[in-house]
Amino acid sequence: MNTLRLVVVSAGLSQPSSTRLLADRLAEATGRRLAGAGRAVDVDVVELRDLAVDIANNLVTGFPGPRLLAATEAVTAADGVIAVSPIFTASYSGLFKSFFDVLDNTALIGKPVLIAATGGTARHSLALEHALRPMFGYLRAIVPPTAVYAASEDWGAVGDAGAGGLADRIERAAGELAGLLTNRPSAEATVAEATIDEVVPFAQQLAALRPGKPA
Amino acid sequence: MVQFGIFTVGDVTTDPTTGRTPTEHERIKAMVAIALKAEEVGLDVFATGEHHNPPFVPSSPTTMLGYIAARTERLILSTSTTLITTNDPVKIAEDFAMLQHLAEGRVDLMMGRGNTGPVYPWFGQDIRQGIPLAIENYALLHELWRKDVVDWEGRFRTPLQGFTSTPRPLDGVPPFVWHGSIRSPEIAEQAAFYGDGFFANNIFWPKNHFQRLISLYRERYAHYGHGTPEQAIVGLGGQVFMRKNSQDAVREFRPYFDNAPVYGHGPSLEDFTSQTPLTVGSPQEVIEKTLAFRESFGDYQRQLFLMDHAGLPLKTVLEQLDLLGEEVVPVLRKEFAAGRPAEVPDGPTHAALLARRDVAELDAAAAEPAGSIA
Repeated sequence: MNTLRLVVVSAGLSQPSSTRLLADRLAEATGRRLAGAGRAVDVDVVELRDLAVDIANNLVTGFPGPRLLAATEAVTAADGVIAVSPIFTASYSGLFKSFFDVLDNTALIGKPVLIAATGGTARHSLALEHALRPMFGYLRAIVPPTAVYAASEDWGAVGDAGAGGLADRIERAAGELAGLLTNRPSAEATVAEATIDEVVPFAQQLAALRPGKPA
Repeated sequence: MVQFGIFTVGDVTTDPTTGRTPTEHERIKAMVAIALKAEEVGLDVFATGEHHNPPFVPSSPTTMLGYIAARTERLILSTSTTLITTNDPVKIAEDFAMLQHLAEGRVDLMMGRGNTGPVYPWFGQDIRQGIPLAIENYALLHELWRKDVVDWEGRFRTPLQGFTSTPRPLDGVPPFVWHGSIRSPEIAEQAAFYGDGFFANNIFWPKNHFQRLISLYRERYAHYGHGTPEQAIVGLGGQVFMRKNSQDAVREFRPYFDNAPVYGHGPSLEDFTSQTPLTVGSPQEVIEKTLAFRESFGDYQRQLFLMDHAGLPLKTVLEQLDLLGEEVVPVLRKEFAAGRPAEVPDGPTHAALLARRDVAELDAAAAEPAGSIA
């Protein structure tokens, strides 16, 4: 089997960043699970902080600069994605959203995307469910049932009875993502050529407009 | 030969270096002065945009082009673009045939869909139907210029019964049509189907996107039997600001770039010039960047430059046209002619279309069996 490609998208801003730390732990756990299932994985990390200006420029000009293009191509070609955002003002960060705004809206179709977030308190944890999950639903990604939220307190404490500790949640989510990836053919076989080459023959375009045809 | 010219958006923009905004009247007169200058410095084409909202002035292109036609002798008058989606194709057929007569054939036009959503309802249309409107309306326009009496029924306008669009095209030869697009393969396909020109306004985006679009058009042009892919009729945009000394050009243009309506307050001038066709520098740098278009897109037929935007004062634009006409275009003509295969067509003119029509008629007559002549 081919080596799987996993791309980690981290929208953390500080250095070091707890968002990146969570992303790395999810990637490590997923890689370990896959290795256990006999699948090798290459992990690429896209740090959105480094692309902040390129993302803003893409919003203004309509096209990505070379570095952002490389990042969007990596995400598009990936077998799976781990997407991690800090929670700002009750939702994903603007930078996180802007990256997925400039990504082609077909790039994630059918692709497993594990979602995770960080925040100062656990009170924002459901932002994963009411903000990130619907966004990836719109993009027709396959999002595992476990989304991982890490508040400040999680980094040094045991979890509550319902949610388990952070380490448990990471393992559970990584297991779900690895399960989705294990039986997946490598993305190389499924990456579609750009849609620009799929042209509807002109006669067909004209025929669709003949009177009497439904709009 | 490649035709060289300029295309204007017709924006009224504040000059960021002085804070002064021209009046609509000043901008309209400036557009005319720029067109006349284009002929004076030896360019081949002047094309105007069509817009129906401030801060743009050119809502009535054939009025402006008719006036310019009366004051020029060689310049080809064109559009960039004519809105095939929201204009009634009957009116386009009439207006441009009239212009063609007044200008002695020095007219062609470029079809575009327009990218301003609110314009559609102002003319009773729906932007969600943009592509179908472009396809159906052009099919009607094409027929109106080629059939004296048209019976027609479609989805987007009232049917026509026994309708004749007047005046008939000059010499019975319709104006040449380009189809302009920045992203839609459907439009490349449409241009290829009819054997019309395809204009890729490549000035705001990197070239790999346009290479795909143009090669699609070339392949489909051959597929529909109009010639080889290399014989398809391709036009390209360009955007330049020049001074003799490259550093002077950058220093003078930077405030206009930084505040430009399209890309201002975004990427740096340096990033944008490295990623798109924009050239800010010496005439030699403009020559080099434009010559590279042939490497990327193949031999082509028309090169239009955007020169008068972002609040540049008229005096500066006229100086730019002097540089373009005196130092850039003569070199480009020579370089593009060198190594251009004989079978690659020249930029389209009325005279060439007329000659081709006559040859086709002679061939058809010669092909008839002798007995049928009596």
